[in-house]
Amino acid sequence: MTTFVLLTITGLGLGAMYFLVASGLSLIYGLMGVLNFAHGAFITFGAYAGWWISTKVGGSVEGQLLVGAAFAMLVGAVLAAVVELVFIRPLYRRPVEQVLVTVGLALALGALVYGIWGADAKFYPVPDWMLDTTTILGANIPNDRFVEIAVAAVVLVGLISLLRFTRIGLVIRAGVENRAMVTALGIDVRKTFTFVFALGGAVAALAGVLSGVYFGTVDPTRGTTLLIFAFIVVVIGGFGSIGGSAVAAVAVGLVQQYANYYAADWLDWSGAGDVAVMLLLASVLLLRPEGLAPKVAH
Amino acid sequence: MRLRSFLVPLALLAVLVVVPFLSVDLPRILPGPLDSPGTLQLLALCLVFAGVALSYDILFGFTGLLSFGHALYFALGVYIPAIALTKWEWSLPAALGLLAVVAILVPLVLGAVSLRVSGIAFAMVTLAFAQAGNVVVQTNPRGLTGGDEGFSLNFDPLPDFLVGVVNTKNLYWLALGYAAAVFVVARLAIGSSTGHIWRAIRDNERRVEVIGLRPYPYKLISFVLASFLAAWGGLMWLLLIGVTPEVTTATLTLTLLVMVVLGGAGARFGAMLGGFFYTLLDYRLRSLSGEERIQDLPDVLRIPLSEPLFLLGALFIAVVFFVPGGLASLPARVRQLTQRRRAREATP
Repeated sequence: MTTFVLLTITGLGLGAMYFLVASGLSLIYGLMGVLNFAHGAFITFGAYAGWWISTKVGGSVEGQLLVGAAFAMLVGAVLAAVVELVFIRPLYRRPVEQVLVTVGLALALGALVYGIWGADAKFYPVPDWMLDTTTILGANIPNDRFVEIAVAAVVLVGLISLLRFTRIGLVIRAGVENRAMVTALGIDVRKTFTFVFALGGAVAALAGVLSGVYFGTVDPTRGTTLLIFAFIVVVIGGFGSIGGSAVAAVAVGLVQQYANYYAADWLDWSGAGDVAVMLLLASVLLLRPEGLAPKVAH
Repeated sequence: MRLRSFLVPLALLAVLVVVPFLSVDLPRILPGPLDSPGTLQLLALCLVFAGVALSYDILFGFTGLLSFGHALYFALGVYIPAIALTKWEWSLPAALGLLAVVAILVPLVLGAVSLRVSGIAFAMVTLAFAQAGNVVVQTNPRGLTGGDEGFSLNFDPLPDFLVGVVNTKNLYWLALGYAAAVFVVARLAIGSSTGHIWRAIRDNERRVEVIGLRPYPYKLISFVLASFLAAWGGLMWLLLIGVTPEVTTATLTLTLLVMVVLGGAGARFGAMLGGFFYTLLDYRLRSLSGEERIQDLPDVLRIPLSEPLFLLGALFIAVVFFVPGGLASLPARVRQLTQRRRAREATP
């Protein structure tokens, strides 16, 4: 039972990061039809930006981490906005070329991270209390898991309120459903594109910082690894749906953790968790090719 | 025209066949004289990727299927024979027979599942399957794959003419044979009635359905054929380089995509040109990054210039923006430009 509780909360912590990455991807795809491979670079750059600024500021470790997170989100948002304005916008209405350009960006930016910071992992500033454990139902849970879950919950509530209660949220929701109609009504959807990209970049960078806390380190492959799971979350959750992404992220995180423990034990093989996620994806596609949620942002 | 379409590849093949007998030096492009083992190995690798890129182009350029999992099938060709020869000590024909069976069955099953969705969802599903392959290799189940390190191939079951540095020219010819075989198979397949339907699916899948054909089996055939051809490229990689886990990564698939787009997707020689020159350029940029005049530059210039993948990624973006048809479209572009100039000169 204690192991089960530990696995569940760790799985939720992992799912929290997947959700942060997937929510941006899902909105970008839902609104603009762009499969953004460069999203992985936003994660990695965010994680490194947070680490870099935290080595420059003094004060408590909590303070460093908070400054790191804020700076990372800024970097993520600016990087994403630049990518949208310079590379995506000129290729409007050419979806394959847009994907290709994000692939090129992913390769180039990934190589740049290697060049600047090297292949070795960097240690992340993690406050001591996050490394301590809290006992829940007899299981000792590292406290950072709760931080990740709380941050993702706040972002989830924030994104849903943004989509529900603001004007730009209304434009995004309408745009996901029918972009041509929104344009025909005289609304400049392209401004929304840049906004959604910047938002996605900021949230992805935040995921990068949280992954630094979760794993204790950051390395250049972080973005790609998280991105692949985020893609799976987006497909399972249905494109353009924040709620669907949240449900799918939790499912993927839990399946991965359970399989990693129970199946890995039984099969004597440590890859079971990741492969179980791929099997989950395959079975969802066989049963519901359109994903869990229909294509509506809510 | 018909004759020319035969003569050009044949002439090219003839030139490439005699390369190991030439001791021409091409400084700044190749590491040594044409007949040196280092150069032959590099050229063999270029030919292998010319073939693998063409196999990817069958999917992407001719059928319009954007797969992000092609590396998986290439990796099958590296790992299946390597495991059979080394860990199970099978004979060479048995290992190759196993590869032939696996390289049909695996894409058949995975293709059947992933083709249930189309477009971007298809891209993501193929990526997920390839990633599963990467996880399997990295986690070293039962000590079969050697994890991060790979393992060294057992050369005993291989015939003598394929082993050792002196025999690099034989590997080169084998790689040339592979590239030529992929070219012939791809041309026959694309020219067949199935190939016509592939292109119809690429251009407008809905119309193919309206005509009364089911696109699904045709897409599956394209997927299996492309994967099967890529697997034999993997075997060539095994002979030339060895067992390395990076062949299973998503980066390799992205690289194939870059090669195809650089060369020109869906064009007659585009993918092969792209695969060949990308590999050559990758090698050149790698050795360039170690040179002193690069290492002495300030960080702002040195860091991007010493990362070949950064330069190749940037070049790729530039091609997507400014040369949409890739290398293969250049002759037509130049012709168009000169014609326009002539027309301008003719009108006073």
